Amino acid sequence: MTSPWYVLLVTLGLTAVSVVNRSFFFLFEREVPMPDALKRGLRHAPLAALVAVIAPDIALTHGHFVFNPRDPRLYSALAAATYALWRRGILGTIVVGMLVFWGLRFGLGFQ
Amino acid sequence: MMALMPGMLAWGLVAGVAMVKGGLGVGLSLAMSFLVYSAGAQLGAIALMADGAPFWIIMLATLCVNLRFVIFSAGLRPYMMPLPRSTRWLLGYLTADLSYVVFMQRYGGELEPKPEQLRYLSGLCAANWIGWQSATVVGVLFADSFPTEWGLSYAGVLALLGLCCTLMRDWQSGLSAAVAFVVTILARGLPLRLNIVVAIAAAVISGMLADRAGELHKPARARGVP
Repeated sequence: MTSPWYVLLVTLGLTAVSVVNRSFFFLFEREVPMPDALKRGLRHAPLAALVAVIAPDIALTHGHFVFNPRDPRLYSALAAATYALWRRGILGTIVVGMLVFWGLRFGLGFQ
Repeated sequence: MMALMPGMLAWGLVAGVAMVKGGLGVGLSLAMSFLVYSAGAQLGAIALMADGAPFWIIMLATLCVNLRFVIFSAGLRPYMMPLPRSTRWLLGYLTADLSYVVFMQRYGGELEPKPEQLRYLSGLCAANWIGWQSATVVGVLFADSFPTEWGLSYAGVLALLGLCCTLMRDWQSGLSAAVAFVVTILARGLPLRLNIVVAIAAAVISGMLADRAGELHKPARARGVP
């Protein structure tokens, strides 16, 4: 496990990221114009980063790609994504995904 | 706001459990929740730390995850500027997704600053903060009473997946997300978790190219060509 000091350092770094991100355009009095190219790029960056962060947790096993048709995570993610695209609620997404995950793991013995 | 509360509470609970199950311990989990106050950043950082990603990759990835707040801040600027700087920073830091969305639903068109707008925003932020932090504290304190086989840290991944899907508005963003997913997996062998940086860059570029392709196929009038 990572050292507690490292986690604390990351926590402080993330706090700074939160403050700067959320107040960016009113940090200072001066008006900062947003270039058009930046605006167009910004449209895709958050989704790209989120997907890149969760993709290993869905499709990799200890950092390696192992083809396993009995992996409950894949089906759970598919069910949750389908629900989320249809209904857009975070609560329902978690519930649907976890029900599929548990059903496969405890009902059918998927690992 | 009240209609959105159950989802937020569930998410806070899951974030609390996921932090402890990710190996942070009660003290650090609480510190992270109270200081960072951003589910996407917290859950993302836990996944990346467990993966052994270096500090700067964690910062870069969470900065990108939360870039939507930069866009929100541009929207809030007209309402915020009458405030002194320190109050502005504090209220900005406390404005999470729900408070922003609900505030804009009510005052989005009214650009003239009025004191009632900021009172309304402060109220939303307070409700959001109290709801979120209480749910997280409950999650953190009870995390160890759930067996690890239940895979509750996976619920944190599902919450982020739900957030991804709400950001997918058209085929262009869907394509960009698919590129991000595939490149992250294909480039998994890169050192220092650089696969994340490569994937974000590839996804942003393909998203922008797709946007341009979408523009070209629109009728000329919609593009503003006379």
